[in-house]
Amino acid sequence: MRVFADMWAYLSDGANWSGSDGIAALLGQQLLLTVTALLMAMVVGLPLALWLGHLGRGGFLAINISNVGRAIPTFALLGLLVVAPWPGTDGLGPYGRAGLATLIALTLFALPPIITNAYVAMREVPADVREAARGMGMTGAQRFWRVELPLGLPLVVSGLRLALVQVWATATIAALVAGPGLGQVITDGFFRSNYGKGIAGALVVAVVALVLELLAALVQRAADPTRRGAGSGPRNDALSVNPATVDEPAESVG
Amino acid sequence: MTLLAVADDPSCYSRLVNDWICADYVADRRSEIVDATVQHLGITVVSVLVGLVIAFPLALLARRVPRLESAILAVTTGIYTVPSLALFPLLVPFTGLTATTVVIGLALYALTILVRSLLEGLRAVPDEVRESATGLGYGRGSLLMKVELPLAVPVVMAGLRVATVSTVALTTVGSLVAYGGLGNLIKDGVLTNFRAELFTASVLCVVLAVVLDVVLVLVQRVLTPWTRGARA
Repeated sequence: MRVFADMWAYLSDGANWSGSDGIAALLGQQLLLTVTALLMAMVVGLPLALWLGHLGRGGFLAINISNVGRAIPTFALLGLLVVAPWPGTDGLGPYGRAGLATLIALTLFALPPIITNAYVAMREVPADVREAARGMGMTGAQRFWRVELPLGLPLVVSGLRLALVQVWATATIAALVAGPGLGQVITDGFFRSNYGKGIAGALVVAVVALVLELLAALVQRAADPTRRGAGSGPRNDALSVNPATVDEPAESVG
Repeated sequence: MTLLAVADDPSCYSRLVNDWICADYVADRRSEIVDATVQHLGITVVSVLVGLVIAFPLALLARRVPRLESAILAVTTGIYTVPSLALFPLLVPFTGLTATTVVIGLALYALTILVRSLLEGLRAVPDEVRESATGLGYGRGSLLMKVELPLAVPVVMAGLRVATVSTVALTTVGSLVAYGGLGNLIKDGVLTNFRAELFTASVLCVVLAVVLDVVLVLVQRVLTPWTRGARA
């Protein structure tokens, strides 16, 4: 097909990769956006969710926040932020035009999976383990740091993994409001009827998404204490369904 | 001054005012808004139904042949990883700039959630129930249709709700290929800095998601009358 030839021509031309609006620069920009938004969501969401999970309170909120989050189209949220007087379309250092609006939208988008998984991770620690720790005379802080957090870590990391991949995917949408990232290649290609270019951008975004997913799966595997110990056989595969958890993908790309 | 005087009663959506909320805008552009909403609803419903129709045999296959299960789950999860703004362009060479592109893309996303929930729902049927039904003389087909599927309905419906609500949100991205329903209005609002249009379309999107969710909850109540009795 003709568009695939165009796509290949676009991708194999080194000139399209270099420069301030080349693929490499936009890729770096989008990775920077993704990592920043994920870190911001972690700073805001993790302490809150872990603490609520430790206390066993606010479960309704923690669980339902992701259902509400799913219904809000990120595109609409981003549009509202861009058209509003603040943060508007102002540039933000290396993040480029509409950088702040994009960061806010992505951070809000990353919060639900992080909060829900961290909360559930704390609650899923078996009650007898909790009681044993209490019986040994551990204080609340000791139980949290030495018992609940290590046991809940795989699920916490699984939430971060979901958030990472979803934020990467969603960051592409920033280009629909003329914002930063690889989406620019896609939208530019489409709006100028240069479909080869649009598809080239899509391919790069999709490949990086799969790479991020695989890397995150490896990290998740490493975070599982039962897997590290004594090789007790496969507990759950990275991609298998674990019915006890909320490992199902929430809204991906919105 | 004269300009302002001519515009006797400037609508809240004029360039000079640009309000977020504006009843006049909704009244004046009613047909446009209704068309976009209908397109949005149509794309969402068709996508989820197509996803369900594909997910059903896949889930049955995964259950019948355990070796295929992880492969099916891996492939559907892999598709889910691909960003929507990237998936639509990747489909365009095959389907063109049509609503079909959006529907196929969204159906593929819905597939991930639906295959998982179908599998989990069927797995949640207790073995005793299955054995009793077999003992009563149910064959494989009637066991599935009359016993297993009805009992799986609550879990499957939970997945269907997730799939539907996120499909409503995702449909907006279809505006890339001009079939985004309310997303088209959102895009236009962003491009022309038109707050009333942007805000109205965004709110309608969320309302549509909530309405569809409520409809599915009602459908579930009708399909599973026994759960109501047990709760009372």
